Amino acid sequence: MTVVSRGFRGRRAADVNPARVPPGQYVTRDFPVLSAGPTPYTALRLWDFSIIGELDQPRVWTWEEFRALPSEEITRDIHCVTKWSKLDTVWRGVAVDTLLEGIETSAEYVTAYSDGGYTTNLPLEDVTGGKAWVVFAYEGQPLAPEHGGPARMLVPQHYFWKSAKWARGLRLQSSDEPGFWETNGYHNYGNPWQEQRYSGD
Amino acid sequence: MARTALLGRLTWQLAELVEVIAETPHVKTIVFDVPGWPGHRAGQHVDVRLTAEDGYQAERSYSIASASDGTRVALTVQRLEDGEVSPYLTDELRPGDQIELRGPIGGYFVWEPSEGGPLMLVAGGSGIVPLMAMIRTRAAADDDTETRLLYSTRSQDDVIYRGELERLSGNGLTVVHTLTDSQPPGWTSYARRVDAEMLAEVTPAPANRPRFYACGPTPFVEAVAESLVQLGHDPRAIKTERFGPTGG
Amino acid sequence: MNELRLDGNAVAGLLQEVFAVEMTTAIGTCSGCGTAGPVGAAHLYRGAGIVLRCPHCDNVLAKIVKNDSRVWIDLPGIRTLEVTV
Repeated sequence: MTVVSRGFRGRRAADVNPARVPPGQYVTRDFPVLSAGPTPYTALRLWDFSIIGELDQPRVWTWEEFRALPSEEITRDIHCVTKWSKLDTVWRGVAVDTLLEGIETSAEYVTAYSDGGYTTNLPLEDVTGGKAWVVFAYEGQPLAPEHGGPARMLVPQHYFWKSAKWARGLRLQSSDEPGFWETNGYHNYGNPWQEQRYSGD
Repeated sequence: MARTALLGRLTWQLAELVEVIAETPHVKTIVFDVPGWPGHRAGQHVDVRLTAEDGYQAERSYSIASASDGTRVALTVQRLEDGEVSPYLTDELRPGDQIELRGPIGGYFVWEPSEGGPLMLVAGGSGIVPLMAMIRTRAAADDDTETRLLYSTRSQDDVIYRGELERLSGNGLTVVHTLTDSQPPGWTSYARRVDAEMLAEVTPAPANRPRFYACGPTPFVEAVAESLVQLGHDPRAIKTERFGPTGG
Repeated sequence: MNELRLDGNAVAGLLQEVFAVEMTTAIGTCSGCGTAGPVGAAHLYRGAGIVLRCPHCDNVLAKIVKNDSRVWIDLPGIRTLEVTV
C-alpha cells in the first residue's frame, strides 16, 4: 500500500511525446551522475584506447591518435535503468565501426572495460552497424570526468549502464562474459523498449 | 528501547505533519507525529518516500533532528533550489498532511550519553542536524560529557538552531562557529573554511582520545577527516556522515 | 575529489530491509587489503545499483541490486562479516 503524497510531482519534464519514452521511464532535464566507484582521473598523456582479444593484431590509439580519427556528432535519447531518460543528448565521438575497420575476427561478443575495473558486455553486432561510439564530448564540451571523461562508450539502444564510463577498450570474445552489473541482477541484454532491467525479465 | 530500535524489518508507515518551524531562510524543521514510534537514538535517520499520482516515487533519507520524545519526530530540511524532494517538504507540506517514512535507521553514526567523551562534533552546513540530535539528547539527559561543536556555515544567517545552541552552551558544551563567506561587524570567531590549524585549536588533544562525529557535504567531511588523522587522531574514533555533493 | 561518495550508513535502511538486522555496525574484513571496519564506514556509491567499497583500498566489498520483489547481493570483497544479532 502506497499513499499518494498530495501535490507531489517530482521534477519530471511534462509535454513529452510518450512514443519516445520506454516503459517505466520518466524524462528528466538534469543529467544525473551515477557511479560504481571513484572518478578516475587518467592523464591524457597516459590514456589509450585498445581493441584486444580475438583478433589478428591488437590495436591501440593514444589520445592524439584517437582524436585524429574521423568523429561525428550524435544526437540520441538515453535511458537509465534507474528510470530516468534524457532526450536528444548531443555527443561527439568515434564510431566503433571506425575502430573495428578492417579487423578480422570470429568473435561474437565484446566486453567494454574501463579505468577502475568496470566492465559491461554486448553482442558484437550491437556495437557495429552504427549502433555504438566512443564519445569524448557532450554538448560541445569535452566530456566531464564525472560523466565518464576523457571518453566513454555510447550505446543508446541499451540501458545506459552499458555505456561504460571511463572506457579504455573493447575485448573481442567468442563467448559472452556478463559484466559488473550483469553478474549481479541486471539484465544481460538490457533493451529499454522491452523493459529488460533485471535478470529474468 | 535501543535494542528494539535496531532490530526487525523496517516497514513504511504514515506520519502526520504537526508543526513547521522556520530555522533560516532556506531551512525548515518539519515535525511529525509517528504512531507507534519506538523511540530513536541521536544520529539515526529516517527514509522518506513520496508518491505522485501517476505512481512515480522518490525516496530520500533525513537525519532526525530531535531527541527521542514519544511519537514526535523532527526533521530539519534544507531547501535545495533544484531539489526534487526538499522543496516539496519545505514549501508544499502542510500540518495535517501525511507522508510515508520508515525508521529509525542506523547504528553506526549514533551517540548516546553512556558512550561518554570527550565528544567532538564537526558540522558543515546542514550537517549540523544529526549532531544537534546528539546535543539535544545530551541536554535532555542532563548529561555533562565534555562536548565541543565546531560549526561551519556561510554566514550567520545560515546558522541553524542559533539561539538554542547559545542557550545550551555551558555545562560542558562549547560551541565554536566559523563563518566562511560573510561575517557580521565585530565578529571575533573564525572566518574561513575549516582547516587543520583550526581543528588543532578547537579539538581535544589525541591523548584525550576524543570521539569525533563529522557531518556535512562530502568534500567538507573528507577534508575534516583527513586533517584529523594528520593531527594524530585515531581514524577509528572518527565517524563520518557524508551528505553528498550539495549536503542537502 | 569524489563528491558523490557517501558512507555505508546512507544505505542502512536498505541493508536492514534485506538482512532484517542493523548492518552498519557489522564488521567486515576486506578480502583485498585485510582491513576490518564497520559497514557504516565503507564508501558508498550509487550507480545502476549500490556499490560498497573498502575505504582503504577501494576494493568492491558488495554490490546490491533491488527491485520490488527481489534483491541481488554480491559480496566479492568481504572475507568475513561479523554481525551483532
